[in-house]
Amino acid sequence: MDNSRIKELTIVAAKARKSALTGVYNAASGHPGGSLSIADVLTYLYFEQMNVDPKNPKNPDRDRFVLSKGHCAPALYGVLAERGFFSPSEIASLRKYGSFLQGHPDMKGVPGVDMSTGSLGQGVSAANGMALSAKLSGKDYRVYTATGDGELEEGQVWEAAMFAAHYKLDNLTLFVDNNGLQIDGDITKVMNPMPIKEKYDAFGWHTIEIDGHDYNQIENAVNEAKNTKGKPTAIICKTIKGKGVSFMEGEASWHGSAPNEEQYNQAIKELDDFIKGLEAQN
Amino acid sequence: MAENKTIATRLAFGQELAALGAREDIVVLDADLSKSTMTALFKDKYPERHINCGIAEGNMMATAAGLASCGKKVFAASFAMFAAGRAYEQVRNSIAYPSLPVVVVGSHAGVTVGEDGASHQCIEDVALMRAIPNMTIISPADGVETAAAVRALVNYDKPAYLRVSRLPMPMIFDEAEYGEFKIGKGRLVRDGSDVTIIATGLLMHEAVKAADELAKNGVSVRLVDMPTIKPIDEDIIIESAKKTGAVVCVEEHNIIGGLGEAVCGVLAMSHPTPIEIVGIRDKFGASGKPSVLLDAYELSCEHIVKYAEKAISRKNA
Repeated sequence: MDNSRIKELTIVAAKARKSALTGVYNAASGHPGGSLSIADVLTYLYFEQMNVDPKNPKNPDRDRFVLSKGHCAPALYGVLAERGFFSPSEIASLRKYGSFLQGHPDMKGVPGVDMSTGSLGQGVSAANGMALSAKLSGKDYRVYTATGDGELEEGQVWEAAMFAAHYKLDNLTLFVDNNGLQIDGDITKVMNPMPIKEKYDAFGWHTIEIDGHDYNQIENAVNEAKNTKGKPTAIICKTIKGKGVSFMEGEASWHGSAPNEEQYNQAIKELDDFIKGLEAQN
Repeated sequence: MAENKTIATRLAFGQELAALGAREDIVVLDADLSKSTMTALFKDKYPERHINCGIAEGNMMATAAGLASCGKKVFAASFAMFAAGRAYEQVRNSIAYPSLPVVVVGSHAGVTVGEDGASHQCIEDVALMRAIPNMTIISPADGVETAAAVRALVNYDKPAYLRVSRLPMPMIFDEAEYGEFKIGKGRLVRDGSDVTIIATGLLMHEAVKAADELAKNGVSVRLVDMPTIKPIDEDIIIESAKKTGAVVCVEEHNIIGGLGEAVCGVLAMSHPTPIEIVGIRDKFGASGKPSVLLDAYELSCEHIVKYAEKAISRKNA
């Protein structure tokens, strides 16, 4: 990917991060940390990889994405809005009564959301169903899903891993957002799901480890997944929880808490400065 | 009434599903129980669209949701204990919340599972499924009604729970006369004036016997078959209560949260009427022969007669 495209995607992701924080701030609740860590993967998928059309969000031949870590809806909404599925101004209604932007993704209400998620471990199974449906129907769309690393503590994730390998769902690509933190702290201290790669290897998946904030690495991994036949691919993304906002980075406390006004203004300023800095580069 | 052919509703389900299987959007999921739930009959004809999920019911239900979101008509079958019990939350969040057209099939419901005992005798599945918004519950009485229900469900565009049984029973309905299964409608089997018996599922057989027994004693029984537990047919319940002034509900389920309480809810709010419930009285099942268990858990004909007489006696109390 050339540098100008990387810069464009980086700016889109920063805008999506701003939207995510704006939603969480206005709702005075939500999950900023994991939203910021998955934002680059989502931006890459929706802007560079997936065959989706904001004017025809239910096209049966589209690629699908399932946010199994559904609490990171603010990032998904931010990216979908940037992609044109709805106006970014709508994000201020996040989590408010009457809004189509529910606290966790609702496929019935949000254009571009392919599956209702939020209860951890279920989205990866739904993605299996979508990938299987493509196989049964002879369609060539691809299915992407993202799980948290804490989410790997859910047994269903491994039921789903067994299923995807058993049915050779090579049209399925899973991103693990390995930011290392869950609500109660360090994942290795709460309930250690490591090693992740070796587990997926053992379950019969193709595995790739990358930096989840590096667009070249994300793209190379996705292309490798597309060229991998006979097995699903897990892309284990090393990420930074709270990525892009200095005081949120690497802090478990930002898993599920909203910034106050001062914190929100500082976060927006940091992201604005970041965007301005990128735009100032020729 | 029907010829005296004996069939379990799980088998009627499997046969009908296989008969309808030429429709290419139908996908059947099972969790290593296909020879028990009888989805194996579909597998024999359409192996490419029968997906064994292994012993992993939670994954199966959310996988069903993913398939349904892509336009497949999915039947996902296991024992009622695991379909409605173990995978309750997947059914709730991945199927019912987005209102995806999956038929969750719970076979081996109730104590007539028999020898396997309490761990496998689901007596609370209807309560669990009733409490989920968007969910429809179908509980057919015999093989004819089950086949008709499957034909209706295959074209139903909402989530549904189909409850079927292990125990072979004679036909109640005549296939030629049954007609269309109407989701959300009760069926008047016999008119009467002294008491209404409203039954669902396999215990409809005991209800028929009880109605005959009561008739011998000069009691005129209005007999209603209620194969849809949710949405409940309020009209037939209220009409029956008005005509007979006493009601007995009969179900192979805990008296908490099942058909009986659904009928109580309708009548308490619209037409208060003396009502009794024949059901499992909030205790776990046990190993034993189904016929022994029906007596031990007070679900058989003589108990329906007893509760009918009690309901009648309360009319003027």
